[in-house]
Amino acid sequence: MSVDHEAWFDEAAGPLVRPYAVTGGRTKSDTIGLDLITLVVALREHADHLEPESLQLLRVCQQPISVVEAAAQVDLPLQVVKVLLSDLITQNLMIHRSAVQVTDAPSQHVLQAVLDGIRKL
Amino acid sequence: MASGNSERLASAVKIVVAGGFGVGKTTMVGSVSEVPPLRTEELITEASAGVDDLSGVEAKHTTTVALDFGRITINPELILYLFGTPGQNRFWFMWDELARGALGAVVLADTRRLDSCFPAVDFFERRGLPFVVAVNCFDDAYHYTDDEVRGALDLDPHVPLLLCDARDRESTKTVLVTLMGHVMAQARMAGAH
Ligand SMILES: Nc1nc2c(ncn2[C@@H]2O[C@H](COP(=O)(O)OP(=O)(O)OP(=O)(O)O)[C@@H](O)[C@H]2O)c(=O)[nH]1
Ligand SMILES: [Mg+2]
Repeated sequence: MSVDHEAWFDEAAGPLVRPYAVTGGRTKSDTIGLDLITLVVALREHADHLEPESLQLLRVCQQPISVVEAAAQVDLPLQVVKVLLSDLITQNLMIHRSAVQVTDAPSQHVLQAVLDGIRKL
Repeated sequence: MASGNSERLASAVKIVVAGGFGVGKTTMVGSVSEVPPLRTEELITEASAGVDDLSGVEAKHTTTVALDFGRITINPELILYLFGTPGQNRFWFMWDELARGALGAVVLADTRRLDSCFPAVDFFERRGLPFVVAVNCFDDAYHYTDDEVRGALDLDPHVPLLLCDARDRESTKTVLVTLMGHVMAQARMAGAH
């Protein structure tokens, strides 16, 4: 670990330093307010300036995918993935759609669809 | 691929499967998920772990908590995610994120250790999130009557309670159908005020 990094972490953090490093040391949540089940989809396949982790995210998000699934696929911690995704969204390389009903009460229509869907399994 | 309009994305909803350590949460999620349960990790640092009690550990310690989940495509516009809560109860902040916006929750109980689901029952009651209690029937479990379980958990009479086998797809479907029926009844009651 370089001396620079010690400003962020003590040695106890060890192997966890790298994920923080790829987000430029930002340990706070993302700027968009991404939820676990916010769906995202990439608008591009590549951008030259991106770090490998962000490129990897662009790749796994070629089809609409939830934030939590994207995190599982790239095998990085959720908080890190949220920061990287929000950067990609801010750069218009990706779009997102918030989960339904994070604030509102779920509509009977949605509830009925879920019930029917489970019955059909 | 270049519309920039997010309306064409489907939407997603979630249900939480909670309960004590090793009670069968991941098994239940896997029994109905269209993909094998996926796993992801959340970093816990001082900053995000206000309620985490890492006693005897240096204050600046960082650790991870694993979270597993499954997916059911309801229709082309709607995806249902099932989340298993981390087994260790100390990760309450994770429960908060899981419960936020959830349709409802399944509290899995193991009659050999009924008390291990108290925190989950308590949590969802307090949050006002509709939930059902599903008693996972392990082979060597002592079988209680419904009333005994209700009594032990001090369960509200309107909270559905049922037996299940978390390994069995049909059984898990029954649990989820019961939950959705309960969620819809609660929503109708709330709307009728
Ligand atoms: N006999 C029997 N075994 C079960 C049943 N459900 C789960 N198991 C077994 O119990 C063990 C624990 O199940 P998991 O699904 O991993 O439990 P969990 O709640 O996700 O555990 P944690 O995430 O560690 O808290 C596994 O070995 C399962 O195969 C059941 O209904 N009957
Ligand atoms: Mg598990």
